[in-house]
Amino acid sequence: MNPPSPAWVDALIAIFVVAGAVTALIGSFGLLRGKTFFQRVHPPSLVATGGTWGLTLATMIQSSLVTSRPYLHAILIPLFIALTAPITTVFLTRAALFRARRRGEPDIPSPPLSGDPRAAPGDRAAGASGGTPASSA
Amino acid sequence: MSPLLTWALLFALGCLTLSATFALVRMIIGPRAEDRVLAFDCLYLNSMLVIVTLGLLYRSSSYFEAALLIAMFGFVGSSAMAKFLLRGEIIE
Repeated sequence: MNPPSPAWVDALIAIFVVAGAVTALIGSFGLLRGKTFFQRVHPPSLVATGGTWGLTLATMIQSSLVTSRPYLHAILIPLFIALTAPITTVFLTRAALFRARRRGEPDIPSPPLSGDPRAAPGDRAAGASGGTPASSA
Repeated sequence: MSPLLTWALLFALGCLTLSATFALVRMIIGPRAEDRVLAFDCLYLNSMLVIVTLGLLYRSSSYFEAALLIAMFGFVGSSAMAKFLLRGEIIE
């Protein structure tokens, strides 16, 4: 029903697909390989950016070719992921930091030395008394 | 569809399966709850990418809605679990 797609379009789609899938694989391997939780937080954002963008760009190219008009709905997926993935990561890192301080682990990331004025006193209080943020719950 | 694209899509499916397996292993061995929530989020993203790849393989544009729904449910689930780890309750 559709004319066969030109070879260079197929090659372009294949490049995007392989790049996205390999980036996702690297991200998940980093999730498996990190030593502490705060090292393991970082690699899954490779899945959320590189993998999602690569596969979605390939989908956009192929669907535009199949329907022979611009098909741009697929860009909603990486936009939505780009909006929501940092929210989850920030919540999760805060929870992990809070729980690590309650357990009294020695090697947690230190608070920033300067800059955010809210961070330093609250963090010291949480580290000393063990659980100031929970008192507001 | 040219054989090059078919093989690229099969390779991508293999990579994403391996990647989901890594996330699953981290979910099983993860020492603490936050590791498991992180692995759950990564597993959701990987399964969404598998569905996008299947839509490419079958040349159908209706897989896109399923992928969008999975992304949305994954965000709701993992942020609710992160909130639960932070506060001990979800709805304040």
